[in-house]
Amino acid sequence: MTAATLAGFIGSALVGLGLYGLITDPQPIRKILGFNLIGSGVFLLFGIVARKGAAAGFAADPVPQAMVITGIVVAFSASALAIALVLRLYEVAGPVSLRSEHTSNKAEK
Amino acid sequence: MSILQILDIGLAGLVLAVAAWTVFARDAFAAVVGFVAYGLLLSLVWVRLFAVDVALTEAAIGSGVTGVLLIGAAGRLRKLEASGGDDELPGASLRLFAAALCIFVTLVLAGVVLSLPDPGPTLAPEAARHLAETGLGNPITAVLLSYRSFDTMLEKVVLVLAVVGVWSLAADQYWGGAAGNPRGAEPDGTRALLAQVLPPLGILIGIHMVWVGADEPGGAFQGGAILAAMWMITMMAGLTEMPSIRSRLLRLVLVAGPAVFVAVGVAGVAFASGVFAYPTGFAKPLILFIEAFMTLSIAVTLPVLVAGPPKRLRQQ
Amino acid sequence: MNVLLDLFSVIAICFGTFFFLAGTAGLLRFPDALSRLHALTKADNLGVGLIVLGLLPHAGSLLAALKLVAIWALIQLAGATSAQLIARAIRRSG
Repeated sequence: MTAATLAGFIGSALVGLGLYGLITDPQPIRKILGFNLIGSGVFLLFGIVARKGAAAGFAADPVPQAMVITGIVVAFSASALAIALVLRLYEVAGPVSLRSEHTSNKAEK
Repeated sequence: MSILQILDIGLAGLVLAVAAWTVFARDAFAAVVGFVAYGLLLSLVWVRLFAVDVALTEAAIGSGVTGVLLIGAAGRLRKLEASGGDDELPGASLRLFAAALCIFVTLVLAGVVLSLPDPGPTLAPEAARHLAETGLGNPITAVLLSYRSFDTMLEKVVLVLAVVGVWSLAADQYWGGAAGNPRGAEPDGTRALLAQVLPPLGILIGIHMVWVGADEPGGAFQGGAILAAMWMITMMAGLTEMPSIRSRLLRLVLVAGPAVFVAVGVAGVAFASGVFAYPTGFAKPLILFIEAFMTLSIAVTLPVLVAGPPKRLRQQ
Repeated sequence: MNVLLDLFSVIAICFGTFFFLAGTAGLLRFPDALSRLHALTKADNLGVGLIVLGLLPHAGSLLAALKLVAIWALIQLAGATSAQLIARAIRRSG
């Protein structure tokens, strides 16, 4: 197994982990974390596409790499906006939860 | 199995363990700290993929600046949460279903990874063939600022839009004021010392990274993030302050990067073969010209985004 | 000469990793936050120093060697500052 394939598996697992956090955790900031995990997993998958495209003397295809760099910066802007929204929501409405009422433990009891 | 492979597997285990920590840790603040460590470990994986440029960006922006943003937010939320937020996890059946779905997604992606053609389709020869025309040595900088410069320009616009979005969340009475410092604690000697010793060296390193980015790993994003960090450190020490959002200089610097980018791109119609084309022989100076303004904009945009909407009244 | 330099590197880096291991053991085993912080920062600073020292003969150029030393100095500065800030936070929270 090459380092690239292994990194691909890490990326796949990260998408799964992040998705789980995004679905199950009701705290907004944890959902943002989950979203970032999914994002970095997808970037890693891009990374192995880049690595498999090694040619012309480059160790990896530069085009996907450039797109990942752009992606990391865009992911940061999205996180910053999301955090600002969450903090403003707390200020205006008090502690918030994104829990779905129908699936809560309380509802089951 | 070689030593390198053992190290790779150990690194993979570590990255996944820390990622799992950020998902399963009970305390949101602990999860955020885990996320910062995760970002640094992930940049090691990027180095193993021979993508040093991406590794630098991940360490600087994905882990560093995002980390400051998240830690600040988690700290503030923790204070607000004293009144009791609802962070109960959903029921076991839903969690089981979610876990099954996520494992399924992971397995499908892993299958895709295994079935990727090797060697895969690549644009590397295209990039290599035209590299000489740009006068650059780093193919990634060439892709970012020459072949796909439209993407990079729009990404700068995304940063500006994010600033507009964050600012518009200001409470009415604070509109036109200034954001609080990123970590609004009272200044102390330790931070003041760091803020006086580090920035001269940090600014040098940031500019160095932009400059070598033409030929080696580095570039406007990575260097800009380091410059941004230096400004944030001086703000955290209470030595500098976030300017008011009405400040004309601040607004000018925020849009300077994309504006210069668009101007050079449009000038391509008159002086070269089309929009976002560079005249022959002038590619490298023009790229460095754009990068200089981009770095400045990035160095200011990142702290502005971290600082959030205005929180203080405007000083008359 | 080369063999001697290699030997020097191996010994320095081995000692460096040993200090990292000792620091990590301290982090895991010591009872309270302040002594854990002490173990980590003391041992890691020495560990980084020794590893950088071991890498210096292989730097290849003077500029690369200077960069290695700069990395070492920056880690010292960052480590000292963060340790101070964490210790202060611990004392304040009691």
